[in-house]
Amino acid sequence: MTEFALILISTVLVNNFVLVKFLGLCPFLGVSSKLETAIGMSFATTFVLTLVSICSYLVNEFLLIPFDIEYLRTIAFILVIAAVVQFTEMVMHKTSPALYQLLGIFLPLITTNCAVLGVALLNVQEGHGFIESLLYGFGAAIGFSLVMVLFAAVRERLDVADVPAPFKGSAIALITAGLMSMAFMGFAGLVSA
Amino acid sequence: MLTSILVISGLAAAFGLLLGYASIRFHVEGNPVADKLDTLLPQSQCGQCGFPGCRPFAEAVASGEAPINACPPGGEDTMLALAETLGVDPMPMGEEDAGEAVVGVAVIDEQECIGCTICIKACPVDAILGTTRQMHTVIASECTGCQLCIEPCPVDCITLESIEKTTETWSWALPGSPEEIAFTAKVVENHA
Repeated sequence: MTEFALILISTVLVNNFVLVKFLGLCPFLGVSSKLETAIGMSFATTFVLTLVSICSYLVNEFLLIPFDIEYLRTIAFILVIAAVVQFTEMVMHKTSPALYQLLGIFLPLITTNCAVLGVALLNVQEGHGFIESLLYGFGAAIGFSLVMVLFAAVRERLDVADVPAPFKGSAIALITAGLMSMAFMGFAGLVSA
Repeated sequence: MLTSILVISGLAAAFGLLLGYASIRFHVEGNPVADKLDTLLPQSQCGQCGFPGCRPFAEAVASGEAPINACPPGGEDTMLALAETLGVDPMPMGEEDAGEAVVGVAVIDEQECIGCTICIKACPVDAILGTTRQMHTVIASECTGCQLCIEPCPVDCITLESIEKTTETWSWALPGSPEEIAFTAKVVENHA
């Protein structure tokens, strides 16, 4: 049980995918200018990441390993991710139009979020079991959502702040991201694994 | 080698079938009225109605948020076709667009053109040909006459020339187009 809790804490704080592993920076910078959209993106990513880590585990365990074709892992996982995202979008469009409206364009965008592929590949690399894979994916997604929301909130404040002209816009956003990353590095050593 | 090809193909086929099934099983009906209105619009995506393209305009008209006379490239014919489809009273077209739809093509005065490429970017249907510091020209058969290129031209060398309807240029209206619907309505009216 403690092991599972450790995986969660480790992925959310210590090995945060965005700020420590530097994966998924594109949506982190692209969709964080408004808190509302950041929350939408976070929900979509959480959903997809968790689902993808389960599916990629299954594909790896029951398809790639038995047939001894682990070298095709990346391409197989990309296939899984694209299919899962597309399927999710269709089901969501049918079953909950409200949520579909909220997530809108973000859902297909997640296909190209490298954090998603990163989680799937790291799961295999670390030799995670089924539950561990699930938790790892979920934790990564929660970590992503956390920094996404924090960063969006900071950027909303920055919009009204008196930033020196040369630092306006993406410059100050990148500096902020760097400072946040350094802050998250402070968690290093909290969990040894 | 063969197994890997088979396994990946099998995986891809399985996902393909799943998605194909899902797209039928979870098919969402779009707004049928908006679909119908969308086919009546000129599809030049010019944005003169204030919506980002013809489809959003069709949706807005279908939900009653936009007036039916807000499509300048479509002109009166489109307005009448929209009114016919929705079963509402025709509205007069605004300002100079009253009357027949302006059927025309943009023409670039090639002596004046400085080759700035601004109009190329403005053209929603990619009907302007040219490159930096080379004179541009309009592909007449592609031009929808939406007039979006006229405003941005820095040297005002683009004009809209109306095409006279002669035996050379006349053609039957496409089935389902606003012109055809207006024409049919007129014929029916005359025979009634």
